[in-house]
Formats: sequence, structure tokens, C-alpha cells
Amino acid sequence: MAEEKQEFWRWTESNWKNPDIIWKDAKFVTVGIDVGSVSSQAVIMADGKILAYGNMRTGSDSPNSARNALKFALDALGDMSEERMDYCIGTGYGRVNVPFADRSVTEIACHARGANFLYGPEVRTVLDVGGQDIKAIQCDKKGKVTNFLMNDKCAAGTGRGMEVFSDLLGIPIQEVGDRSYEFKGEEPPAVSSTCVVYAKSEATSLLRKGWTKEEVLAAYCKAMADRIYSLVERIGVKPEFAVTGGMAKNRGVMDRIMPKIGIERMKTEWDTQIAGAAGAALFGYTLCQKGKGRVKG
Amino acid sequence: MLANYGYKDASGDFFITIDTDKCDGCGDCVSACPAKIFEVLDEDPNDPMRDEPVAAVAGDKKKKLKYECNPCKPGTDRPQLPCVAACGAGAISHSW
Amino acid sequence: MISAGIDCGAKNTKTVILKDGKVIGKGSVLTGFDQEKAVEESLELAIREAGISRDDIGKIFGTGAGKDSVRMADDKVNEIKAMGKGAIFLFPNARTVADVGAEEGRAAKLDENGRPADFAINEKCAAGAGAFIEAMGRALETPLEEMGALALKSDKEIPMNAQCAIFAESEVIGLIHAKTEKQDISKAIHDSMASRIVSMIRRIGVNKDVVMIGGVAYNPGFVAAMKRELKLEKIHIPDDPEYGASLGAAVLAVDG
Repeated sequence: MAEEKQEFWRWTESNWKNPDIIWKDAKFVTVGIDVGSVSSQAVIMADGKILAYGNMRTGSDSPNSARNALKFALDALGDMSEERMDYCIGTGYGRVNVPFADRSVTEIACHARGANFLYGPEVRTVLDVGGQDIKAIQCDKKGKVTNFLMNDKCAAGTGRGMEVFSDLLGIPIQEVGDRSYEFKGEEPPAVSSTCVVYAKSEATSLLRKGWTKEEVLAAYCKAMADRIYSLVERIGVKPEFAVTGGMAKNRGVMDRIMPKIGIERMKTEWDTQIAGAAGAALFGYTLCQKGKGRVKG
Repeated sequence: MLANYGYKDASGDFFITIDTDKCDGCGDCVSACPAKIFEVLDEDPNDPMRDEPVAAVAGDKKKKLKYECNPCKPGTDRPQLPCVAACGAGAISHSW
Repeated sequence: MISAGIDCGAKNTKTVILKDGKVIGKGSVLTGFDQEKAVEESLELAIREAGISRDDIGKIFGTGAGKDSVRMADDKVNEIKAMGKGAIFLFPNARTVADVGAEEGRAAKLDENGRPADFAINEKCAAGAGAFIEAMGRALETPLEEMGALALKSDKEIPMNAQCAIFAESEVIGLIHAKTEKQDISKAIHDSMASRIVSMIRRIGVNKDVVMIGGVAYNPGFVAAMKRELKLEKIHIPDDPEYGASLGAAVLAVDG
């Protein structure tokens, strides 16, 4: 069963290097590692600019996932050794299990700081939908958190909920966005249950009634959107609004949330999944600048 | 910072809000809560640049607020909650 | 007078026929996709057991999540009222009642007439209902009916962290991979579910005597876990706990 789930989650892993930065001149090289329940990222920064990153699936344990992500980023760079790192911060669900990190910072703080970097200082509200939680964050122009809410107990609206449905319907996760719009006529209403367990049995009975997989998927994406929006609404949306994490790439859910929010979401050239790790690397840079970096022996 | 601890599930909203700008980390809430859901941290994990102690909902209690906070929150009455009463700084509020 | 109570639940639809304060017929069928059909069938079953004809029934009350499908009902009563009346009919000293069904858990404090003075509901969340144990049973590859007996074999205390059925499933799979004994996992599942139901009961206050009804009360592992959590020697459970609410509805049909 576990192997099957992996199949449906087969999104593309990637690493990248910025060819325009000569890191050897950098005063501080800082690293942020974000170990999430589904994906792990490493971002390497030279004086607060992204030098390279790696983005891959989380493995069976956090320390290895952290090491692999860092190695993946270093591979992109090619010629840097781990020893060059001045400071490393771990974040995400597995943040306390990053063996080579100098300290850990919560993903709340890192996503706000990272969104500030990826999208620009105008961002005031950040939504991050992770594998097992939903975070709605408000921040100031420096990316400092002013208000946050994190839902981490209930699977409804999370990546895990989506995973359960892609399994149930046999639709690969990266096709969910497009396939959820492949229905004829009017868009089906949202499934009525918020709880993933009940939504699953509701979906099974809809399939039995003759609904197509795509119609059921549309109904579920709509329910996810409603669910996620209810959390965003609780904290309030101050413009500008930005989305981080993997769900930002799922238009099946995102295109159904945005009309409720009423404003456009900000755009970025960056991979939205690296926001947490980028924020962590930036905190490392700030600490180094303040002389609170690692004491080198 | 308004830190909202707790969650929303299909049966309702279960959040405790701590205003970390008001909280001075005195720890009165820690002893006031019969379910021991609060803790005082030396540094705020959500604000790495802050150096003063701050109250937070303890790690694993976050996911159980509905169940842990229940006994103080009768269905038909709205008495003042011990944690809210104990907080001199007025930093704690609840949704229920 | 002969009255009937029909409880159209998420999983089963139950009917109780009452004559002069005595149960003379019962019927339970799977609710399935057609609630109205299930209502008809369970009523038919109960009528046959009672050995009466349909016209003999003076009044029918409907209750349960699908109470609107009880078309022949003279009136509908909410589940809280029905479970309170059912509990006090069975156990006149009942002051707290918990009804744990397939998809919902409820608890109420009762006055001496079985009227709810205070109540709490855990709705639309599988973590606080029978669906939780069923889903965990699937992960454990154990039929639901065997889960309780399996739990009784264990005396280990393994805490479960997840409060959501979906996350708990991953936790159970993790425990299986860690070669934890099935019986110990089953006990952990029942304990975590009981702690949630008990917290709901604590919200309204634990008044003796405590009565438990609803289909999940058939599960001996769950009952044992409830006693541990409540720190009570005895919880009153009727012989047919799933009929608790339909019985209450039948009693209310007489009382008016």
C-alpha cells in the first residue's frame, strides 16, 4: 500500500544553481533545510542571495532526508564543500532531527520570511498547505510574523487528504489540477463531509451512483478549497496574498480558492516549495550579521 | 504576534490565542491550567530574533486542545477560564 | 398503546416496537444508500417479531441522522432527546448517557425524567465515532468485530499521538512496521478513542450512573477502555445498545 502511494506522489525532484553568484567572495554562506512530511528542501545562500537549492521527496527518516537534500543542492553547485557553511538552520516537521543544523526555527517563521524573499516585501498574508498541516500567516514588510494559525491535527484540506483521494481515484497527484476540470456541464457541488474518512465513503457512493472520477475529484477539490479558505478567513486576508508549498502548484484547489479570497495571488519565478528553506537560510544570514553565528573553533 | 494554537476540524474551532507582544513569560498560566497545556519557552520558536521568554502551548497538547480544554468549557455556560483569569497581561484568549 | 421508534443511523437503521412499557419487537438493517428502504425494512422486521400488524401501531417517532427519511413518522425527535429517554427507560438511575454510533458520538447529562440538562456532540469527525475503530481495523487487517476482543488480550500502554483518523492510520502502519503486537496496537486504538469520548463526557460532568448506548457499546475492548478512562467500576450497558435511541423514540411517542 505504501509503495502505491509513492507512485501517485511522483512529482519532479529538482535542483538548481545561480550561475551569476561567485560564492567564494561571499562573507557568509548560510543554509536552510526544510524537512517536511512529504518533501525536503535545502537552500544555500551567499550573503542572503540564493546560490543553489535542492528539492526532493522526504525519505523514511529526517536526518537522511536532510543530508540528501543538502547533497542534492551541493551537487548543483558542484564545487563547494559542506565545511564552507557558516550557519545552518533546520525547519519543518523534522527540524529538530537535522544533524548538522546549528539551531531550528519553526516553519511558521521560515515561511513568512521565505515568502517575503520569494514574492517581495509587499506580501502580508501567506498560505502554506503542507503534507499534514495548513498554515495561514500574516507578516510585516520585513517578513516578521504578526499573526498565525496552524492546523495540524485534522487531515482535511492537507496534502495528505489529497493523497488519499488520488489513491482512491487512481489519479496521479500532478494530474489532479487539470483532471478536476474535465467534467461536462456544470461544476459538481463540493462533497459535504469535511472529515477525510467520511469524504472517502461519500466519494465511493458517488462513484457507485455513476459520477465520473473527474466529477468526484472536482467535488473533492472544491471541498478542500472551502476547507482551506475557512482557515484563511479566520485569520483574515491582508493584501498582498501569496501561497507557498506544493499546493500552490495544484490548480484544482488553488483556482477554486482564489475567487473566495477576491484578490489575485502574487506570482513568483521561484519554486514555491523552497520558501521554508529559503526563510531558514535568511535567518541564518541575519544571525551571522549580528555576530550571533557559529563560534568557529 | 498573535499565536493561534489549536485547530479546526469538522466539529468546530478549538484555538487558544496568545498575544506574544503582551506576554512577559511570567508563567502564571502554566500553574493555572488544570490540564497543564502551557509552557514557557526561553526563546520564541516562531520568532528567532526575540530573546525574552514567552508562553506557548506545549508541543503535543496543540493537537488535543478540543479534548484537553473541554472540562473548563461547559456546553451551556461561559465561565471565565482559569488561564485567562491568571494572565495579568491579558495575553490569552480562547475560541470555543 | 403500541408505539414504534425508528432510528435511521449512518450505518444501521433500527426499529423498536413498544407495548404497554414492554419491548415486543426489534429490527435492525444496514442503512445503505436508500434510507427510506432501510426504514421500511427495519420496521417490517420489528413488526414480524412483535407478531402484530402495522395498523396496530398507534404512533411512530423517527430519530437519527436520517430521521427525515422516516416518512411514516408522526413526529421526529432529536437524537439527544431520544438517547436520554432510552437510557432512563432502561436504567432509571441513569444521569449521564453516552451514545457512540458509527459516525457520531454524543453525551448528555440527564434529569430524573431522562431529559437532557446539558449535552456535547462530536460530529462529522471520524476520530470520535465508531468509524475510527473501523478504519484502524482496516489498517491492522483485522475485522471490526474482532478488534475489541483483540484489545482485551493486551495490558500494554502505547500512546497514540494522532488525533485524526487519517493520521492515526499512518501511525498504526508505523507500529506494525515496528513489529508491535497486533493486540497492543488494538488496545492503543481503543484507548485513544475512549479518551476522546471521555473528554466529551467530562465537558458535561460525570454523574452517576453512566449509561452507554450505540453500536460501539457492543465492542468489549472499547467498554473496557471507557471504564479505565472514566475510572469507574461499572458502566451500564443494555443488552442491545444499538437500539437505545430507537427505544427512546418509541417511549417518547407514548409520552407525547
